[in-house]
Amino acid sequence: MSHMKKEMIKFLLFTAAVIITPLFFSGGYLMNVLVFVGINTMLAIALNLLLGFAGQISLGHAAFFGLGSYISGVLTATHGFDPWLAMLIAAIATFLMAFLLGFPILKLKGHYLAMATLGFGIIVYISLNETVGLTGGPSGLSGIPNLQISSLLFDNDVKNFYLIWTFALVTILLSTNLANSRIGRALRAIHDSEIAARVMGVNASFLKVQIFALSALISAVAGSLYAHTMTFISPASFGFNFSVELVTMVVIGGLGSIYGSLLGAALLTLLPEFLRTFQDYDIIVYGLLLIVMTMFMPGGLVRGIPGLFGALLPKRMEGGGENA
Amino acid sequence: MLDVKNITKIFGGLTALDDVSFSIRKREITGIIGPNGAGKTTLFNIITGIYTQSAGTIYFNNKNITGYPPEKLAGLGLVRTFQNIELFGQMSVQENVMVGLHTRSRSGIISCAFKLPGHVKEERDVRGKALHWLEFCGLSDFSGLEAANLPFGKGRMLEIARALALQPDIILMDEPAAGLNNRETNHLADIIRKIRDSGVTVVLVEHDMELIMDICDSIVVLDLGKKLAEGTPRQIQENPAVIAAYLGSD
Ligand SMILES: Nc1ncnc2c1ncn2[C@@H]1O[C@H](COP(=O)(O)OP(=O)(O)OP(=O)(O)O)[C@@H](O)[C@H]1O
Ligand SMILES: [Mg+2]
Repeated sequence: MSHMKKEMIKFLLFTAAVIITPLFFSGGYLMNVLVFVGINTMLAIALNLLLGFAGQISLGHAAFFGLGSYISGVLTATHGFDPWLAMLIAAIATFLMAFLLGFPILKLKGHYLAMATLGFGIIVYISLNETVGLTGGPSGLSGIPNLQISSLLFDNDVKNFYLIWTFALVTILLSTNLANSRIGRALRAIHDSEIAARVMGVNASFLKVQIFALSALISAVAGSLYAHTMTFISPASFGFNFSVELVTMVVIGGLGSIYGSLLGAALLTLLPEFLRTFQDYDIIVYGLLLIVMTMFMPGGLVRGIPGLFGALLPKRMEGGGENA
Repeated sequence: MLDVKNITKIFGGLTALDDVSFSIRKREITGIIGPNGAGKTTLFNIITGIYTQSAGTIYFNNKNITGYPPEKLAGLGLVRTFQNIELFGQMSVQENVMVGLHTRSRSGIISCAFKLPGHVKEERDVRGKALHWLEFCGLSDFSGLEAANLPFGKGRMLEIARALALQPDIILMDEPAAGLNNRETNHLADIIRKIRDSGVTVVLVEHDMELIMDICDSIVVLDLGKKLAEGTPRQIQENPAVIAAYLGSD
């Protein structure tokens, strides 16, 4: 069976699982949490395209999420725009901003890129807090309308679940396609050896900017969805902590694995709900998780768990000739 | 087809290349030899747009390509392999070669993400062509293996397969025989000849004198950043300055 067929079956099985989930948990608190899992899945995949595929760090991705949220929020709550139109504007505006920002910032490498994206995240966070007239400042922005398709208003957890997961599934599908394509290969090539990729004709600097902007666009759409399902947003959701949480999701799930990002997003969204004690120490827990994962499971859970089983099972007889 | 004119490269206080000029003829195998540190890799890095020279000009098919970045040169049909193997380690052997077909395909982000019909056909095409180049370099059995897990000699071959997939006009190879055993070196010699016979110009940096003298049509000798000699293998073998440099420096 070809690789793409396997991917398709995996996707269809997962879609089926998503569709039937509300039949079991309908109305419960869990439904609400699963809405966040969907949003975080989109964000983790968006960051993974940049971090896991192209190998470029961003410590400021919560800013794009925040920009999407606030552009959508302000346009609808303050200026009476249609939510879908607001979402479109938020996506395009954030995309363009990331595109322009990408050119200078992605010339930097490693720690310098980390510092620059961190700085960008902080600037956006402070701006959201300080421009009180526009955003409502630290006390937040309320009265954001729900999304609506003719008479169907997305105003409860089950409806929102289907809305958000439609977007999340589309994100998964398109990202998987991208990962296994000419562009996905070029990105992974940049990751492994930028110089060899360029010698093979990959315009590395431009492709990095493109993927940075695409990643920002997906994050902005997730932001709009967040604003319109929550109806209330405040800057606290878009700070440095959340940027680190996103990196943790990607690393835990597995760099360069789309379903890994899904797993990472699910784990980091669900766990704190069960372990209430995390609350104030979340950033410490993320830090510890990052350290442990990079030390013991650098491939992330999607690769690490099978590896773990592999190590526990008796060794298979394979090609033992050479060194035996 | 490739004209190197008065190339000088200075690193801080060190002159790695000093006013080097030579021409490479189409459809020939040209060897570039010289003791360690002679400036061979530096020369490749300048020709392929990875370093910028301190002075001098490079013409490719009579076009001044000075200052062109590697990706632009790839589009013009100029490609290289690396002395310190630069494979895409986490990708499969076949995928490595598929990256070599990057300039031979054009699907962009949107077409790839939405799997537009043109992209699907192109992808099948690229996959098939990659298999062809793997076979050409004797790597068919390894196509699914992660490149980082290839035996060393096969890794060198994969570098060549990946570069050939670009269907270049000229391929620059930096010490492709380094670390190969005799059998692998003979196989390499066959492949390099086949590449030349298919109409591709080859430039070869090598320390393996037997290989160089065996397959090269002409040879350029560098020593301490200067061009020492230029000629047929025969002329080079008899050149007193070359003999002195090699005996003196080793
Ligand atoms: N990036 C660099 N910065 C500073 N010096 C360099 C750099 N690259 C090369 N050199 C120096 O330039 C000189 C030529 O090096 P180069 O790698 O071109 O030699 P080479 O002929 O390829 O040698 P070898 O046969 O060992 O590969 C050496 O003295 C080397 O130390
Ligand atoms: Mg060298």
